[in-house]
Amino acid sequence: MSDPIIKIENMNKWFGDFQVLKDINLSVEKNKKIVVCGPSGSGKSTLIRCINRLEEHQEGNIVVDGNELTENTKNIEAIRAEVGMVFQQFNLFPHLSILDNCTLAPVWVKKMPKKDAEQLAMKQLEQVQIADQAHKFPGQLSGGQQQRCAIARALCMEPKIMLFDEPTSALDPEMIKEVLDAMVNLAKAGMTMIVVTHEMGFAKEVADEVIFMDEGMIVERAETKEFFANPKSDRTKLFLSQIL
Amino acid sequence: MNKLNFLKPDKENLHTYLYIGSSLFFISILDVFLGAFFQINITSFLPEFLSFIFPLIIGLIGLHLIRIEFTGIKNLDTVNKNINTNTFNAVLTLLIIFVIIKSLPPLMSWFIIDANIAGDTKEACTGTGACWTYIKIWMRRFVYGMYPNDYQWRINISFILLIALAFVGYIPSEKLKKFLTLYYVVIYPIIAFILIYYLISGGAFGLEWVETGAWGGLSLTFIVSFFCLIFCFPVGMFLALGRRSQLPTLRYISIGFIEFWRGVPLITVLFMSSVMFPMFLPEDFFMDKLVRVIIAISLFEAAYVAEVIRGGLQALPKGQYEAAKSLGMGYWKMHIFVILPQALKLVIPGIANTFLALVKDTPLIFVVGLLEIVGMLNLAKTNPKWLGFAMEGYVFAAIIFWIICYAMSKYSYNLELKYKTER
Amino acid sequence: MNATVRKLIPQLITILVVVLVFGFFTINAQTNMDNRGIEFGYGFLSQEASFDVQFSLIEYDGSHSYARAYLVGLLNTLLVAFIGIIISTILGVIIGIARLSPNYLIERSAAFYVEFFRNIPLLLQIFFWYFAALRALPLPQDAEAIMGVFFLTIKGLFVPRFVWENLDVFFYSILAVIISIVVIKNYARRLQENEGKQLPVLYISLGLFIILPLLTFLIGGVSLGFEIPVIKQLSTTSFVYEGGLGIPPELIALTLALALYTATFIAECVRAGIQGISKGQKEAAASIGLTPNQVLKLVIMPQALRIIIPPTTNQYLNLTKNSSLAAAIAYPDLVLVFAGTALMQTGRAIEIVSITMLTYLSISLSISVLMNWYNKRIAITEK
Repeated sequence: MSDPIIKIENMNKWFGDFQVLKDINLSVEKNKKIVVCGPSGSGKSTLIRCINRLEEHQEGNIVVDGNELTENTKNIEAIRAEVGMVFQQFNLFPHLSILDNCTLAPVWVKKMPKKDAEQLAMKQLEQVQIADQAHKFPGQLSGGQQQRCAIARALCMEPKIMLFDEPTSALDPEMIKEVLDAMVNLAKAGMTMIVVTHEMGFAKEVADEVIFMDEGMIVERAETKEFFANPKSDRTKLFLSQIL
Repeated sequence: MNKLNFLKPDKENLHTYLYIGSSLFFISILDVFLGAFFQINITSFLPEFLSFIFPLIIGLIGLHLIRIEFTGIKNLDTVNKNINTNTFNAVLTLLIIFVIIKSLPPLMSWFIIDANIAGDTKEACTGTGACWTYIKIWMRRFVYGMYPNDYQWRINISFILLIALAFVGYIPSEKLKKFLTLYYVVIYPIIAFILIYYLISGGAFGLEWVETGAWGGLSLTFIVSFFCLIFCFPVGMFLALGRRSQLPTLRYISIGFIEFWRGVPLITVLFMSSVMFPMFLPEDFFMDKLVRVIIAISLFEAAYVAEVIRGGLQALPKGQYEAAKSLGMGYWKMHIFVILPQALKLVIPGIANTFLALVKDTPLIFVVGLLEIVGMLNLAKTNPKWLGFAMEGYVFAAIIFWIICYAMSKYSYNLELKYKTER
Repeated sequence: MNATVRKLIPQLITILVVVLVFGFFTINAQTNMDNRGIEFGYGFLSQEASFDVQFSLIEYDGSHSYARAYLVGLLNTLLVAFIGIIISTILGVIIGIARLSPNYLIERSAAFYVEFFRNIPLLLQIFFWYFAALRALPLPQDAEAIMGVFFLTIKGLFVPRFVWENLDVFFYSILAVIISIVVIKNYARRLQENEGKQLPVLYISLGLFIILPLLTFLIGGVSLGFEIPVIKQLSTTSFVYEGGLGIPPELIALTLALALYTATFIAECVRAGIQGISKGQKEAAASIGLTPNQVLKLVIMPQALRIIIPPTTNQYLNLTKNSSLAAAIAYPDLVLVFAGTALMQTGRAIEIVSITMLTYLSISLSISVLMNWYNKRIAITEK
């Protein structure tokens, strides 16, 4: 068994007085797909945002691919280059074309020549089936198209881990499928993924493990089949009965 | 005791760092405080330059020592995250604190401690501070201008009545609520006009006539602001509607009108009204100076109000227009009952801003020879018996304007909040 | 009624009203001018002005024409506007950014500045600086030299005048610097596109900017002398400075008041622009690995500037129009010189006021047109 690519030990986080993450212990191995679910305010988004230091943890340690997350900026930047993130609100850069959105980081962070970056970007855009929109601007695309582009943008940095923060929650129902399909393809290609979502269908199809969080704690963690068939905790049972 | 590394304060020796750091910080503040308030220099043994930057250096070291992440002490963490995130921030914080401390004694001394308010003449101002006696003596002029002292009760009554009548909107009678808009837009201005014309101006009913050239001071500021407010609003509304009209003539005339008034400075408009305008009127048609000024400023501000209202009209979703039309409403019904009420609520901050600008523009009427409060100040400071008190006058006027404008902007802010929650 | 006719009638009525009103004005104007024996015409512009102007950027005295006086006033207005815009922009940007600082003290200080200067009429501020603050300055004979060569007195700020030797060589060197910076920027951009390498363009540009002109001093035969103001006694009580450049207190007071006042509005524009960028943009940019500087340069500033620039240009326009308040403190700007003195002398009210208003109108309209063009060009493409 190889070393886990993400290792979180005894992590605690407060927002002011309010403790939002309590005693989180989590290790994720390479190529695994983890789905994190739970009610609103359970801290799931905060948890994955701590992994790429969009939020800071006060206690405990987080180690990503051998690098420990501290205030050391060089560490943070090294980690961010290996961890890609897709947001609920897409957050595409509206003043740049789709192609430029994708090539921005490779050119400025990895110092890639523009042509190579564009080749890479077109490849990723084709993977999510949006290559024909490459020269349009985010304002001209639908929500589903924008989110797929956001996935391609994150993939252009060739990350080892992909984090998804409720990627389909801001989409109209008819566009959810196209984004989930893109994520399924990504999973099948072997990417390590941590996905915060309410889409249990996706979890059943692709996830290796499911984590249930409530009130800042990891309540239950099990392999997908086990999780849905035999939820152990009462809270998990309650949550599943509301969602499914 | 673990190793103490002063370059890298850490949680291990938390209390040591905290005590030393906060003491140093306190010493630096004390140094500046004693120097500013009591003229005591506790570092006088140092050469002058070192003594000057001593508090800064000590304060910086102190803040550096207490800059420890995640101490767990809630207040300390808040303070650190807030004013002490890095050296640059700490320097700015210290400098701001020092500037505040250093500027308090001279300000207090000028405004209060060394100031004079008693007495009747210039000689009564013996201190080195402000001569508030000057303001006290001239107060009547600053408020009423050159209006004869004996008749100033007329201005008082008019204003009291006007203010009282402005609060009619708070009377809760349901039957009369329908007439509120009519009251404010038509009746109230007419009452105001009657009061101004007969009471303040006089010339009938046994009241002595006072020419508008003698009006002045704050009362004039209020009169001009009030009437310009009343006139510029409907004119601006019509201009905004005209600019959005489908009829090309109306549209282009409105655009031309608006762009003209917005493209020229107010002072040239006032010049125009006093110098050029009489040429355009028949020889014997005399228009009072004040009337000319009010018309000029109203037209000027109307163009700005028009643009603000146009922004609101544009921001309204097309669906509102379509719904009203499909209910069979014509152009005017649609605008009066559906469009304008919503659009106006949207642009409350913009309109409040324009009104504020109007009040701040009133001092410019000195160009035509009318002296509102700033004009009276300039007149007063050249009086041979009271030379050299320009500072006191301007500070006084600044305080008055500041209070008025600040109150207005806070009121409009609350209005905006109130309408936001209603939506 | 036919729809076309219904549309036509209000328009015809409006045109009729406008024509009637203008006709009324014109007839009256004609009658009044005939009665007073005044002619209408712009020929007076070439007449001798016979009044002096206190401060002028170009050669002017009483023997020059009114047209030249107009030019003097216009240049003085533009001077105030130019300096005022630069100072208020720098100040406004600093305060706008300070308003967003997480540091409580810095944010409150900036907020205090904005609330303080915004709620006091500009005219009052101008009067304060001119009649109160600057009057407290010392007389020329009592003034202490700042850095040995600057004298801040009640009669103005006296600074050393530059005396150039071979100014053209220096000028060409500046031109060369600008051209080479453009060339280098292009080269750097192409280098990055082809090979990904990034050149430190900023440092290179700065270096060139300093070194090249410096070279002209060493080997180009350019030399810079200073004519230092020296005090001279005119009479027992009156002293003045000779040599050097004298900046009149009217200019200082006006520019200072305009800059401080307009900076408050620019600060609010800047603040609105930066706050208008959603937090997610910063997070997304950070999450793909961009450094904070890169986030600012590539993601935040392009979007923020689009929000900031239009209202800020409006403020520049306001500043230029507000400079007309110079009339209140006798700074010879366009309004005072032309619509004030010249008008009083010639009595040509209509011609002069119309020219003045037309001048301001043209400035406003051309800035508006420029702004519209700029907005269309950089607009973020949407559906």
